[in-house]
Amino acid sequence: MSDNVTTVPQRAAAETGDIVLEIRNLNTVFPLRKRMLEAVKNVSFTLHRGRTTCVVGESGSGKSVTARSILKIVDPPGRIVGGEVILHRHNTDRGAAGAEDLIDLAKMDPRGKPIRAIRGRDIAMIFQEPMSSLSPVHTIGDQVAESIRLHEKASKKDVARRVIELLTMVEIPRPEEAAKKYPFEYSGGMRQRVMIAMALACNPSVLIADEPTTALDVTTQAEILDLIANLQRNHGMAVMFITHDMGVVAEIAHDVVVMYHGEVVEKGTVEEIFNNPREAYTKRLLDSVTRLGRRAPQKGEQPRDLDRRAEILRVENLNLTFGEDSGLFGGKTKAVKAVNDVSLVLHEGEALGIVGESGSGKTTLGRCIARIYDPQSGRVIYRTKDGGQVDLASLPAADLKQYRREIRMVFQDPFASLNPRMTVSQIIAEPLIVNGVASGSELQDRVADLLARVGLPAEAMERYPHAFSGGQRQRVGIARAIAVNPRIVIADEATSALDVSVRTQVLDLLIELQKELGLSFLFISHDIAVIRYFCDRVGVMYRGKLVETGDADEVCDNPTHPYTRALLSAVPGDDPSRRRIAQRTRYAPAAE
Amino acid sequence: MTSIDTAPPPAPQPAPTIAASTRFDVASQWQLTWWSFRRHKLAMFGLAIVLLLYLIGFFAEFVAPFSPTDTNRRAVYHPPQMVRLIDMSDGFSIRPWVPRVKVSRDPISLAQKYERTDEKIYLRFFGKGEPYRLLGLIPWDRHLLVPVNPRDRYYVFGSDRLGRDLFSRTVYATRVSMTIGLVGVMISLVLGLILGGLSGYYGGKVDAFIQRLVEFTLSLPTIPIWLALAAAVPKDWPMLLQYFVITSIVSLVGWTELARVVRGRFLSLRNEDYVVAARLDGASEKRVIFRHMMPALTSHIIASVTLAVPLMILAETSLSFLGLGLQPPAISWGVLLKEAQNVRSIAAAPWLFIPGGFVILAVLCLNFLGDGLRDAADPYSR
Repeated sequence: MSDNVTTVPQRAAAETGDIVLEIRNLNTVFPLRKRMLEAVKNVSFTLHRGRTTCVVGESGSGKSVTARSILKIVDPPGRIVGGEVILHRHNTDRGAAGAEDLIDLAKMDPRGKPIRAIRGRDIAMIFQEPMSSLSPVHTIGDQVAESIRLHEKASKKDVARRVIELLTMVEIPRPEEAAKKYPFEYSGGMRQRVMIAMALACNPSVLIADEPTTALDVTTQAEILDLIANLQRNHGMAVMFITHDMGVVAEIAHDVVVMYHGEVVEKGTVEEIFNNPREAYTKRLLDSVTRLGRRAPQKGEQPRDLDRRAEILRVENLNLTFGEDSGLFGGKTKAVKAVNDVSLVLHEGEALGIVGESGSGKTTLGRCIARIYDPQSGRVIYRTKDGGQVDLASLPAADLKQYRREIRMVFQDPFASLNPRMTVSQIIAEPLIVNGVASGSELQDRVADLLARVGLPAEAMERYPHAFSGGQRQRVGIARAIAVNPRIVIADEATSALDVSVRTQVLDLLIELQKELGLSFLFISHDIAVIRYFCDRVGVMYRGKLVETGDADEVCDNPTHPYTRALLSAVPGDDPSRRRIAQRTRYAPAAE
Repeated sequence: MTSIDTAPPPAPQPAPTIAASTRFDVASQWQLTWWSFRRHKLAMFGLAIVLLLYLIGFFAEFVAPFSPTDTNRRAVYHPPQMVRLIDMSDGFSIRPWVPRVKVSRDPISLAQKYERTDEKIYLRFFGKGEPYRLLGLIPWDRHLLVPVNPRDRYYVFGSDRLGRDLFSRTVYATRVSMTIGLVGVMISLVLGLILGGLSGYYGGKVDAFIQRLVEFTLSLPTIPIWLALAAAVPKDWPMLLQYFVITSIVSLVGWTELARVVRGRFLSLRNEDYVVAARLDGASEKRVIFRHMMPALTSHIIASVTLAVPLMILAETSLSFLGLGLQPPAISWGVLLKEAQNVRSIAAAPWLFIPGGFVILAVLCLNFLGDGLRDAADPYSR
């Protein structure tokens, strides 16, 4: 056995392209109170040695449940009611070459020994949340070692050596030190690398990756995708990669399985799917990806006269530092400069995008302008309708009310931003009531009017938010924002929580409203494609600083700042024949 | 990529239509809470029993067949009797009765001995008994189940050392013990809500001060302090006043838990997007608190209150049992249990423990109910 632990085993007779895992007519149901929810309906596909199969679909399409069904870890009360999951053991690393050796995983007892021997050993899985998949109280080395020891008998020394090998393999710098650290000392990307190391601990033949990069920034995502692709090439694994992002599919897939409402809509090689999609749903998915990333056609040409338009908002040298606090015993906590000397200008009728990775301070910037946070220094000069100027940053809270009507906000999470205990009409009416704009039947008319404007029927009024999907909820949030005729809307990641197809719908709605109402937008997003679609100008934020500003097409096509270049090169493309991530540039800032 | 080149400019999106409203779509917080509570079988059982106990307490005069203070020299430590419903003496008829009991005295031990005779004491539902004022207002003389002959007695739970009917006493005690929980919790609730709310909403120095106060209160050795305070209540005060003072003492500690729950909820709610949105809408602080934050708290508060009531009941029972809570002639479960303090009663009259069974039942059912409420309290948590 120790051979297995210390060295990559000799390939059996199996070759690239051989079937390793075959899923036939898989059915998984979740019994609900009144009916059975068929989460996976008659799904069949195969995983091949040395190939990456991307399972793509929007939320609720059953792709994760499919993956969990393979390993029999569906959350109860869900259960597999039909179909087979056949592991072709003779094509795995551990199987004897030659004789056919098939095992049906679907028939196994989910808690039995046979399936546990396969989990993590022949088939390994990595999950979306690197933050919660690792134990916070064990060192990284211990956790990787544990996954080896579960399946292999090996001496302590061998295991320790193997841990270092694995950490080196997933490109973690200084693996000897890393093994002694705890997960909290690492970023999300690094933790995901550790998860991959754990998954690879026993040289699995199949790696199932369930949205492993969704919680990560684009640049980190690019690194992880690159890593998985390299590992797969070197080890000849079959990879099942679950994602909702067609861009990721274009970057890494060999084969694609498109799922919708628990069913396989279409499957084929990546070239077939991208170049000749047969099904309307696949076309729609591709279309919503390719439409983004370019300027929205209905916005017309990029305006060149922005500098000459009237300014509506000017931010000067804005600063906000978090955590600058001397502790109880005199110790100073480390401060984070969330917004570091940011200056920008928003013109009338313009959509200014702020793009940056998580932690770059873009949300904090938006919240400082809306005065949810009080900036510590700097000015936010707002030009009122009659041409006067007000510095919002220094205005006492009591005087803010009138300007809050004119600068409104749309939030990221459509589930958290609507009070679940109020009906839709109460939610939209709230700003109208507290500002004394309307009351009685006039109020009801206004609300119905606003709903119609955001594309919701008037019947929606009496419902509670739980009756709506994410996209519809976001429309309610937009209706609330425009209820009091604002001049500026700050949209903080307003579309990131939505599925791609819904995302374009909501963006189109915002464009339409911008035209109709002459709104100026401050559009905050981590997604370059969305920014390009929606914005006229774009500012790039990095660690609290605005590193580059300019016309959207100019910044995206000819970035000047090295960070912008790195960021843009990490964005997955939409063409499988031109994979971009492998050619990305990296940005290493000078030490601060 | 063919689709890039040929993609037409997107047509304006048609207004999405929504399906017709279902019951679920227009269900308010309370309906959702009730639906999810209803699935909790044990909690529903708890709710039923708790309601029954409060009903018994509320209509104590009607439910109890006799006055709780009526003594009877000839029925000291009378054992419990079973009420029979079917009478076979002259054909089959449904008519409740208990056998008449003959009292004799053991010449050596002088203990009273009760022997069954063949004679029957017939009982009547809604029969006339001692007059009383229902709810202290309406004069009436009907009782749930009384002997046909008003001079007869029957003892479902037996009698105590003065020959008082234990069942009637337990019924009256239910009223006192179940309400002392409520009154005590109300005081805790007011204190907990105000202090916890201030602490959570304003944070900073206010928060630090109130939290230290909570910790201080929790550090007090409760039992000695109760004992001292209860002993300090003058015995010549009217019974109601004593009762009130005891509850206040009991609730002095109860508010801390609630204050912490409220503070925690306020802290997490304060940064919820929808509360921020309400502030951006221009809503005043008062409106933000009462219209947007409070509804999210009420269900949790109800659950905490339900879980606090049994603690109060237990505290009152313990104090009274030790002779420091309510004093006779007041009747509570604790006072009744005090009768069962000595070895003699365990040997001679084990039925004196029956009120203890009520304490257990009430506390258990309130806990089931509170648990169910807590699970159902936030129907929106995913």
